[in-house]
Amino acid sequence: MGTYLLKRLLGSIPLMVGVSILIFAILQAMPGGPLAVYLDNPFITAADLTLLRHQLGLDQPVHVQYIKWFGAFLSGHWGISYSSGEPVVRLIAARLPATLLLMGTAFVIATLLSITTGVYSAVRHYSAFDYTVTFLSFLGISMPVFWFGLMLQLLLAVQLGWLPVAGFGEPGNWADISRHLLMPATVLSLLSAGRWSRYTRAGVLEVLSQDYVRTARAKGLPDRAVIFRHALRTSLTPVVTIMALDLAALFSGAVVTETVFAWPGMGSLLIQSVTKVDYPTILAILMVSSFAIVLSNLLADVVYSVLDPRIVYR
Amino acid sequence: MTVITARTPMVLESSLYADAWRRFARHRLALGGLVVLLILGAASAAAPLLARYAPNQVDLRNMGAAPSRSHWFGTDDLGRDEFSRSLHAGRVSLSIGVFSASVAAVVGTTVGAFAGYYGGLVESALMRLVDVALSVPPLPLVIVLSAITKPTPSVLILIIAGIGWMGTARLVRSSLLTIRELEYVEAARAIGCSHLRVILRHALPNCLAPVIVAGTLAVGNAILAESVLSYLGVGVQPPTASWGNMLKNAQSTMTTRPWLAIFPGLLIMLSLLSVNALGEGLRDALDVRLKG
Repeated sequence: MGTYLLKRLLGSIPLMVGVSILIFAILQAMPGGPLAVYLDNPFITAADLTLLRHQLGLDQPVHVQYIKWFGAFLSGHWGISYSSGEPVVRLIAARLPATLLLMGTAFVIATLLSITTGVYSAVRHYSAFDYTVTFLSFLGISMPVFWFGLMLQLLLAVQLGWLPVAGFGEPGNWADISRHLLMPATVLSLLSAGRWSRYTRAGVLEVLSQDYVRTARAKGLPDRAVIFRHALRTSLTPVVTIMALDLAALFSGAVVTETVFAWPGMGSLLIQSVTKVDYPTILAILMVSSFAIVLSNLLADVVYSVLDPRIVYR
Repeated sequence: MTVITARTPMVLESSLYADAWRRFARHRLALGGLVVLLILGAASAAAPLLARYAPNQVDLRNMGAAPSRSHWFGTDDLGRDEFSRSLHAGRVSLSIGVFSASVAAVVGTTVGAFAGYYGGLVESALMRLVDVALSVPPLPLVIVLSAITKPTPSVLILIIAGIGWMGTARLVRSSLLTIRELEYVEAARAIGCSHLRVILRHALPNCLAPVIVAGTLAVGNAILAESVLSYLGVGVQPPTASWGNMLKNAQSTMTTRPWLAIFPGLLIMLSLLSVNALGEGLRDALDVRLKG
């Protein structure tokens, strides 16, 4: 197991280097380059631009720039934000907890919703409940996240006044934060809940027709024991993998959700940086989220091999 | 299953696609999706005929009017007719969706075909590229790209296609890995077909089914991507209407004029629902198993 993990970890290093090259190259190729934000500024002369370019090392060959940037990135020097003048590391560190809180809560909601509905509709397949769940998960998959957020705001916050429209709430006051968290987390969980519910249903259905489940039934075990002790564990293996793989989608959804609900996380930081063409911050956010995706894919493989005893680690 | 086969009349000559169509026609949800899509598409295409007002015609005496008989979806903050704008926006949003997905399908198929057919170094290089591209979060990437390039609709199509081709590439590659070992491919080579001809005429038609399914589902993703980008203000730029930027416009007056936020969103949801239903029906009909 240890050597397998180590091998996989080492294997993802070239992938991460590749990702960094791709992101760096894409941003290099953008019109205006990293100094685009200064080009429209009437107070900055051509001489200033040359000086800036020299100071920031932008007059060096591209590969030299990349190597210097990647080296600095690895050692935690992520540059200074163009718009706020603060170190990017500190900006991201300030925003990360809110995003993790939002994504984590959404993850929990989606897991609870999808596993319960998925298992139940597999056990009672082709019942009215099953059809309802199937339709609702289909709706969840097809729902544009930001529009659903707007509609919930309209209904729950504006019309009924049950929940605050947007924002994070008072820092430190957890009751207030939870009230603000409930709506965005539910909205964000919807897509994943729909997808995972369908995978759970399919997985449980497949396992329920297996011989060992029939054996468990034949020796007189109650339904509950058959489903939860014998069937569920096997059928959840693919679902857990999908969950880890879906992290990229969850983060993409978080960017939109945070914008709709003015949630002060990395997603809204990205949108702010994008409108201000703040290259160092954009680069850092893309890098951090890509690395998180690479790691979660790795996690998916590991979890899969742990849960499925048929897989041998090499 | 056996009951159904027994009831179907024996058909001696039946092609893959005739069989698929029969299976598809039984899938009510998918048929419904197809019909809704055709209606949405036709209504958008016929927007100049159906709409009673020009999409950008400002009417300052009729600002923010509620839905009525003369303005079915109401009017927006400049008195523009929301129904006309929705139809014209449908042209923009739907065609960006369809074209992005098509470009992505062509790119993905090309990359996958070359990787799967040639194998070796070509395959390693192309598939590592796919791995790398799949590791960048797609939506943040397109947001950054379109914010910096301030794209015209045609550039926007390319940008959205840029995040949608990898899945198809993987599918086509794995099909070609099997197909290139088959005897008929060897036979084609033996009678002197070039590699390109073998790929285009003999190998690709055999792995079209997963491409069709993935491509259909990609249309939904592309419509969603366009609407998100335009909603964030970095996609289709006003005054050209798209469902996404109509929602952006509606957000600030959502409490007093909720209809402006409801209708464009409903149209987006309706298109996504129908595209996904269609994709699902095609998957069942063509009997494709998609990974991931």
